[in-house]
Amino acid sequence: MALTQTISMAFKAIAGNKGRSFLTMLGVIIGVVSVTVLVAIGQGATSSVTDSIASMGTNLLTVNIQTRRVGFGGMNRSNRSAGAKGTVILKLNDVLSLKENEYIQYVSPTVSGSLTVKAGSTNTNASVTGVLPDYASIVNVELASGRYIIDADVENRSAVCVIGQELAEDLYGNTNVVGNTLHVDGRRFRIVGVLDSESSELIMPFTLAQRMLESTSISTFYLSATESSTVGRAQAAVERFLYKKYKNDSTYSIMNQEQMLETVNEMTGTLSLMLGGIAGISLLVGGIGIMNIMLVSVTERTREIGIRKAIGAKRRNILLQFLIESVVISGLGGVLGLIAGYGLMQVLENVLGMAMSLSAGVAQLAMGFSMGVGVIFGLYPANKASKLKPIDALHYS
Amino acid sequence: MIVMHGVRKEYRMGDNVVAALDGVDIHIKPREFVSIIGPSGSGKSTLMNIIGCLDTADEGTYLFDGQEISDYSEDELAAIRNRKIGFVFQQFNLLPKLTAQENVELPLIYQGMSTGKRRRRSREVLDRVGLLDRMHHKPTELSGGQQQRVAIARALAGNPSLILADEPTGNLDSKTGAEVMRLFHELHEAGNTIVLITHDAKIAAQTPRAIHIHDGRVLEPMDESEVVI
Repeated sequence: MALTQTISMAFKAIAGNKGRSFLTMLGVIIGVVSVTVLVAIGQGATSSVTDSIASMGTNLLTVNIQTRRVGFGGMNRSNRSAGAKGTVILKLNDVLSLKENEYIQYVSPTVSGSLTVKAGSTNTNASVTGVLPDYASIVNVELASGRYIIDADVENRSAVCVIGQELAEDLYGNTNVVGNTLHVDGRRFRIVGVLDSESSELIMPFTLAQRMLESTSISTFYLSATESSTVGRAQAAVERFLYKKYKNDSTYSIMNQEQMLETVNEMTGTLSLMLGGIAGISLLVGGIGIMNIMLVSVTERTREIGIRKAIGAKRRNILLQFLIESVVISGLGGVLGLIAGYGLMQVLENVLGMAMSLSAGVAQLAMGFSMGVGVIFGLYPANKASKLKPIDALHYS
Repeated sequence: MIVMHGVRKEYRMGDNVVAALDGVDIHIKPREFVSIIGPSGSGKSTLMNIIGCLDTADEGTYLFDGQEISDYSEDELAAIRNRKIGFVFQQFNLLPKLTAQENVELPLIYQGMSTGKRRRRSREVLDRVGLLDRMHHKPTELSGGQQQRVAIARALAGNPSLILADEPTGNLDSKTGAEVMRLFHELHEAGNTIVLITHDAKIAAQTPRAIHIHDGRVLEPMDESEVVI
C-alpha cells in the first residue's frame, strides 16, 4: 500500500477528531516552544557575550590577581589589607614596566566599583572604572563626542570623566553633555567625553579611581600584544613577570581572548544544555500524551481494525497506519510549536529587549526530536493495534 | 473451491475444552451457491471464520482454491482474504468515516491498486449494486439495505473467488432482505461462488444447496423437514 495513501488516511483520522488531536498536539507544541525559546535565550546570551569579547580584539590579554589568597588570618580580607606583612602589592609602575617587553604594546590596569553620581537633582548609582589612556586602544573604545582620559589626567588625578550614553540620558535627558559637571561621591567632576555605546558606566583616571575606591594593589589589568601572532609570547612574558612577583602560579590567571571565549562558551554551553534539557522533558511529556491518546484510539477503533484486517490489511499496514498517525500529530505539533516559538521570540526580543538567537540547527533538532517522540511513543500503540486478531476485533463492540 | 476434511477446532472455556467443530468434511465446487445453516452454538460461526481464512483449524486439512492454508501465517492469510474472498457481514461493517466509494476502495488499497484504477473499479461495482448515485454518501446517510449493498460492492471490488456472507439479511426487514437475496442470485448467475451462513431455514431454502451443521458436525444430506433447528 502506498505511503501517501496511509498519510492521507492519518490526516483524515486526525481531522475527524479535531479537538482531541489538537489537545494531544498541544503537549508537543508546548514542548517545542519551550525548547526553541529556552535554547534561543541561551544562544542569545552566548552570542551577545562572545560578540562583546570579539569586539575587544584578538590581541587582548586579561590578567586577574586573587589578592585574597595572599597572607594569613585576618590579613586576607580585601585589598585594603594589602601592604600588611606577607602580601605582595602590585603597583602601577610594576605593571607599566611590562610595556618594555617588545611583544607588548599597551597596558592598562583597571579598578572598578559602584559609586553615587549626581547631576543637578538627579541621583543614580553608576559603575565606575578607573583606566589609563591605553585602555581605549586595548578594548577599541569609540567616542560619540569629546575626548578620552589622557596621560595628564592620570598624572594630576584630574577630576574628569567619560560617561556612557545611557548614563548621560539618565542624568541629563540627552547625550550632548561634554563640558557639564557632575558629582561622584560628592566630588566635582567635569565630563570630557561620551562613549559611543549604550552603557551606563563612568570612566575616570586610574589614579583618581584608585583613591576614591580605596584600592592600593592592582588586581586586574589588560594588555594588548603588538600583533595577534605574538599573543603567545606576550602571555609568556606576563607569566614570567607575575611568577617572579608572586612565586605562586595559583594567585593569578592570564587569559587570552581565545581562552576567554572558551571559558564563556563552556559556561553558556552548559546553560544552553540545561535549558534545552528542561524543555526536552516537556517534549517527552508531550510524547506520553500522544501514546496515551493513541492507546485510547486503538481501543476505540478495534472494530475498524478488525474490518481492515478481514478485508486484507496486513500487520504492517495497520502498524504503519497508527504509527504515521502519531508521527503526523507530533510533526504537526512540531511545526505549530516552531511557529509559536518564533512568534514568542519576536515578542521577547522586541518588547522585552532580550537577546535571542535561534539557529536553523536548533529548529531542525526540535522538529526532529518531536517527530522522534511521535515514532517512539507511537510504536507501542501501533504494535498493539497490529497484533489484534481479526475475529476478536470484528466481534468487539 | 473449498475442500475441508476432518476439520476440528477447540475452545477452552475455563477448565473445559469445547469442540466447536468436531471433524467437519465439506466440499464446495466453483460457481456454487451454498448456504450453511445451523442454530446458534452449532459451530457455524467458527466454520465461517475458517472458510473465510480469519482463523485456522486445529486439526484436519483445508484446501482453499487449491491451496492448503492450515499452516499459513497471519499475513499470508490476510493476502488470501484480500485477493480471493469478499466478505458480507450481518452488521455491514462499513467504516463510518469513509464514503461509500472509499469503503468499496478499501480492499483495493490493500492490493496496492493505483488511484485511477480504484476509482474506475469502485464505480463499476457500485453501479452493479445500483448505488452509483450514492457513492459520495457516508454509511450513516444510507438505509440498511443500501449499506448492505455497499458492503456487497466492497466484497465484489477485488473480483474474489469466493463471496462469504454471514447472515447478510439478519439486520434487514423482509422486503430489503429479499432485495439483497435477489442480488446474490444475480451474482451467482453471473458466475460467482457464494457461501451464505444463516440460521434462517427460509433463507437457506432459497439457495441451490444447503449444508446443515449441528453440534460441530455436518449432518448428512436429508430431507429439509427432518432437520430440527
